[in-house]
Amino acid sequence: MIKKYLSLLVLLCSISSLTAQEYFPKNNGVVATNTNFTAITNAKIYVTPNQIIENGTLLIKDGKVVASGASISIPKNSNIIDISGKSVYPSFIDIYSDFGVEKPKRASGSGRSPQFDAGRTGFYWNDHIMPENKAIDKLNYDTKKATDLLKAGFGVVNTHIHDGIVRGSGTLVALNNYEGNESRILDQNSAQYLSFRKSVTSRQSYPTSTMGAMALLRQLYVDADWYAKGNIKTKDLSIEALNKNKSLVQIFDAGSRANVLRADKVGDENGIQYTILGGGDEYERINEIKATNASLIIPINFPKAYDVENVYLTSSLALSDMRAWNQKPTNPKILEDNNINFALTTHDLKSTKDFKSNLLNAIKHGLSKEKALEALTTAPAKILGKSNLIGSLQNGSFANFLITSGDVFDKETTLYENWVQGKQTIFENLNTKDIRGDYKFSLNGEQYTMSIKGELSKPKSEIKTNKDTYGSTITYNDDWVNVAFTTKDSTKQEFIRIAANVDANKNLNGKTIMPNGSERTFYATYSKKEDVKKKDKDKETTTEKTYPLSYPNSAYGFKTQPKQETLLFKNATVWTNEKEGVLQHTDVLIKNGKIAKIGQNLSDGSATVIDAKGKHLTAGIIDEHSHIAAASINEAGQNSSAEVTIEDVVDDTDISIYRNLAGGVTSIQILHGSANPIGGRSALLKLKWGQPADQLIYKNSPKFIKFALGENVKQSNWQSFERFPQTRMGVEQLYVDYFNRAKEYEALKKSGKPYRKDYELETLLEILNKERFISCHSYVQSEINMLMKVAERFNFNINTFTHILEGYKVADKMKAHGVGGSTFSDWWAYKYEVNDAIPYNAAIMHNQGIVVAINSDDGEMSRRLNQEAAKSIKYGGISEEDAWKFVTLNPAKLLHIDNRVGSIKVGKDADVVLWSDNPLSIYAKAEKTIIEGVTYFDIKRDEAMRYAIKKEKSELINLMMQAKNKGLKTQPIKKKEKEDLHCDSVDHEQH
Amino acid sequence: MRYIKTKIVALILLCSTITFAQQTPAKKQTKTIAITGATAHIGNGNVIDHSLIIFENGKITTVVDATVAKIDLTGMDIIDAKGKHVYPGFIIPNTALGLVEIDAVRATDDDREVGDYNPHIRSVIAYNTESKVVESMRPNGVLIGQITPRGSRIAGSSSIVQFDAWNWEDAIIKADDGIHMNWPNNFSRGRWWLGEDPGLKPNKKYTKQVTELQDYINQSKAYNNGNKSIKNLPLEAMQGLFNGSKRLYINVDDEKGITDAINFCKENTIKSMVIVGGREAYKIAKFVKQNNVPVLLQRVHLRPSNTDDDYDLPFKLAKILVDEGVLVALEGTGQMERMNARNLPFYAGTTVAYGLTKEQALQLITLNTAKILGIDAKYGSLTEGKNATLFISEGDALDMRTNILTHAFIDGREISLESHQTKLWKRYSEKYKTQD
Repeated sequence: MIKKYLSLLVLLCSISSLTAQEYFPKNNGVVATNTNFTAITNAKIYVTPNQIIENGTLLIKDGKVVASGASISIPKNSNIIDISGKSVYPSFIDIYSDFGVEKPKRASGSGRSPQFDAGRTGFYWNDHIMPENKAIDKLNYDTKKATDLLKAGFGVVNTHIHDGIVRGSGTLVALNNYEGNESRILDQNSAQYLSFRKSVTSRQSYPTSTMGAMALLRQLYVDADWYAKGNIKTKDLSIEALNKNKSLVQIFDAGSRANVLRADKVGDENGIQYTILGGGDEYERINEIKATNASLIIPINFPKAYDVENVYLTSSLALSDMRAWNQKPTNPKILEDNNINFALTTHDLKSTKDFKSNLLNAIKHGLSKEKALEALTTAPAKILGKSNLIGSLQNGSFANFLITSGDVFDKETTLYENWVQGKQTIFENLNTKDIRGDYKFSLNGEQYTMSIKGELSKPKSEIKTNKDTYGSTITYNDDWVNVAFTTKDSTKQEFIRIAANVDANKNLNGKTIMPNGSERTFYATYSKKEDVKKKDKDKETTTEKTYPLSYPNSAYGFKTQPKQETLLFKNATVWTNEKEGVLQHTDVLIKNGKIAKIGQNLSDGSATVIDAKGKHLTAGIIDEHSHIAAASINEAGQNSSAEVTIEDVVDDTDISIYRNLAGGVTSIQILHGSANPIGGRSALLKLKWGQPADQLIYKNSPKFIKFALGENVKQSNWQSFERFPQTRMGVEQLYVDYFNRAKEYEALKKSGKPYRKDYELETLLEILNKERFISCHSYVQSEINMLMKVAERFNFNINTFTHILEGYKVADKMKAHGVGGSTFSDWWAYKYEVNDAIPYNAAIMHNQGIVVAINSDDGEMSRRLNQEAAKSIKYGGISEEDAWKFVTLNPAKLLHIDNRVGSIKVGKDADVVLWSDNPLSIYAKAEKTIIEGVTYFDIKRDEAMRYAIKKEKSELINLMMQAKNKGLKTQPIKKKEKEDLHCDSVDHEQH
Repeated sequence: MRYIKTKIVALILLCSTITFAQQTPAKKQTKTIAITGATAHIGNGNVIDHSLIIFENGKITTVVDATVAKIDLTGMDIIDAKGKHVYPGFIIPNTALGLVEIDAVRATDDDREVGDYNPHIRSVIAYNTESKVVESMRPNGVLIGQITPRGSRIAGSSSIVQFDAWNWEDAIIKADDGIHMNWPNNFSRGRWWLGEDPGLKPNKKYTKQVTELQDYINQSKAYNNGNKSIKNLPLEAMQGLFNGSKRLYINVDDEKGITDAINFCKENTIKSMVIVGGREAYKIAKFVKQNNVPVLLQRVHLRPSNTDDDYDLPFKLAKILVDEGVLVALEGTGQMERMNARNLPFYAGTTVAYGLTKEQALQLITLNTAKILGIDAKYGSLTEGKNATLFISEGDALDMRTNILTHAFIDGREISLESHQTKLWKRYSEKYKTQD
């Protein structure tokens, strides 16, 4: 194979010498200018995916298309290539490539402490922002890789350095193996690339999370604008490059449907419509993807079937992974059905050789061929704004085209040649006769048949008599075949050899050499193999069933979203959390998502009646401190991260949402972690399982931010000795400093002078202006008091101390300050600062008049917060009604949502739970969990889902077994495990 | 240097706080005690509604229905417990209580030794009877624990102690009762810090690791058959497994691992083995039962291990195993296991919401545990002749609303129900009272 390429190279290099640049000196001969045309005639020409010329001519000169059509006049000085019966397509384009660019090297060094400052000067303060990078500076044209791509049908790639958050500009390269960069570089500043992932070349710690990367980009755009206006006196080469690259197409590596939405959000906020590299899972939330209006770049690395032979390993395989195998090949079709503009890429494929088979798989799953061609030609050209140059065979375009035996998206089709800039690379000789078929010959009086199959010039043979089959090999080159097959006597390892020439009728003429050296003439007659194609086709059309999606697309997802209902609970014990207290034998009517009526003998014609006799109806549980349903928890890269928000990274697929519903939880606050004294902004969610992330977030959400004190922010329990603060003393000064800066910032803003918008200080300003509330992770009395004093100095109040395990020691001071306490029921002893934590904490704070909540900070405990509330009856003798408020009304108050939720009161949101027993009893189970009149958890429906999950998994396992038996490749099983996030959890992918 | 300094400071701080709080162990029972009128939860599944319980010199002498029996109580200390409930002391098996005081303070950690095979490592000598965490068990009715080392393929030997003693030696109920093994995992986790997928993948070394274990058993047998003129401490410690004097506790969770571990013990004629954890034992409950292998079942309050599992799977595991006839007791390892061990009664309570009866659930933390640990001759139920290790609760002790202890006894000694925590509670409640 390599040899063949080499010979082609030699052939074509000699042609290329004809096109040396005109102003270059020439010393090896005379200047010989070639002004000839090339005409490809009698071809089916796809000028564009929907402009097709049957039996047309393509006329090219100087690497460009001059004309195409059915009846164009061919100039006399034309080199005519008649390819009758064959097809011509524009060569493909890949705009997400790393062609010729060396993979950046990981920064060395393994210091114990993280690096906070930038590793360079004269650039942006963050090393991961590198708009000044240019792929052209690193480009090292890779002929071998280019040949692989040419073989896969590509003619042009847009390559870039796959590293960092802002990655700089790409280079548009023609895969022209026969000329130099002078010809093949089509644009050295083609598109700017971005991602959420840090550069491997720097150890600078910020950002450690996706939400941090989002915040960094937002601030960067502001800073770039500020710089452009001349407000920054020092040199920043990054920003200068960013501003220069502004006019380019901005291509964002998101890599998953969730990140596509995140990237688009950042773009929209800054007036930029990114073109976005997806993850192939866009079909899971296609409406939201469509709403971005982004053009997408879509990889087609469909997962292989899992190897499910081992029963034990298979039992840990998640339904969502099995479905991904089954459903991902439908992604391109679903994008097409939804009129989403997309280009295809070879990105993420292990080998470009897999490209065609994966593409055919997508077509088998419903992608139209026209759309496939568009996604490989006109769509990427249009994204780059280069439609006049590449992606079609219109006049003036580069002569980048494929010559094929027929439909380029058919398995049997042969790719003969790929022309780029008028230079041809030959993979198959156009004149090669197709000898695939059946041959008959006789030898020593016996009748043999030889079937030839496989690739056009690399066929395989099978030799048979009526009785036996013989092992054989075949080579085919320049109209000559050489065959060797074994003799009848298989013990001897002897071969009969044949050498024969293929005649015009594809019959074989030659000689046979017997094992003993004697020679005979050989003649075999050709007959076209019948029905082979048809049979294969039949096989392929028996496509596997595609399993339906659910929302989210995993176990316990909803195939159809549950609807808002009018519900009438009859004869319940109703825990109102209002002055009515606990009402016996009471009816509650829910209508339009609200609590409509509470009373006796209620009726409503439209209501579904639920017999709640012996059961308890309560407001839904509210968890003030949760870390479920988020893709990131900590932005740990700096000691303040007020600029980040958990709302950016809500994960609607987390199974913990469903499990929390099963524990009666309806609302949560996802708090940022405790990695830094000033943490990030919260997300307040209703656990509307199945809805997309942005629908989970409270409408008109009260604004919160996490602060943290003590061992975590001092980084006491791990090896970090550089970051300020290392002591509680330092924590105070950090707060004072930040709040002072926020005040100075405000003064500047109000003065009317120009100012640089600073997202971090804007957030702190909201706190000072009482528009944003602090929930502060806290343990020890000294620091609790300190933060109250700092707040008082700046004339605002701390809203909530969370954890607050020594709150009982300063309950009087907390009461005076007006802060709430959201605590654990009984956690302690896990670190030094919780040595004096006592389970009576909630009771003491409550008795001092503080609004007390019991929270989880834990995806397991949140499933049974009712039990945790009940512990305050044991520890401190709290009444049942008050204990119940610790997990319902009180957290609602602390979160400023008690006007909507937290009690059963007419007019409030119908967020209620039906319990089998007194909800504070260890024996109680949630039977229905309802949010705004929609039943998101129902213990009976759960039962049915379990059955359906088992059934679907068994069917999918069976399909995977079939796939393996068909000889398809499989992948080893990996167990899906959603990590339980806590205060100190950090994103993995950012490392 | 700076690190060491902070550690020293932490240590000094720690020592200074430790000095004030601990409860003085109770004196020996001198007077006969009678508890009258309580609902007695025997621990074997039975209940006596109006009971009379008498104990003398640390031993239970009478457990009867007071409405039937007539006994002269003269000269006894009588506790009128009408409307209250009496339970045998709860037993927390497989715990590192007393081996670690504060999880994050390394200087207080004594629960895992270096090395892969540590059968000779004995937990009990590091057991801190003065631990503030241990004393916090008692107000919830948890009075006995099996103190167990962690880590390694063979972590070491456990001992069973009661929670009211001056010193580890006084605390011992049964010394070196068993050896604790961690069965090789069928899955291993990707090293994300090296850029690997952090998910679980099949463990390629599984067979090799099991072979190593087999080799260790072979070496142990060979050594103990020889003259032992040159001592090998680890191999010597293994002897008890073969003569039946020690139990082998195997920590294993997955279905295949459990099967392999049970077959491993059969092949090696290990007399008594116990599955610890046993997350997937429910899938092969019949096989476990056939082999008469008991299970110390994983913490009830856990999240399901697979995303597709039933949300309540950890809550109902006990029910499934009990229904199949497996001898089950509850253990509590996992996140913050030591301080959480006091929630043992509520682990049991949760299994009631998911299928067991209250008395079955009680067995999981009393008599079944005693049987599995081999201390049922003296502990685990309110039975005449057994040690008077029991407590009185205002109500149902499996429900946190009513688990409110008025009295607790260990070997007949009435122990303090105070702790570092109750003291702080009282001190600060007092602070606000005086302010009012």
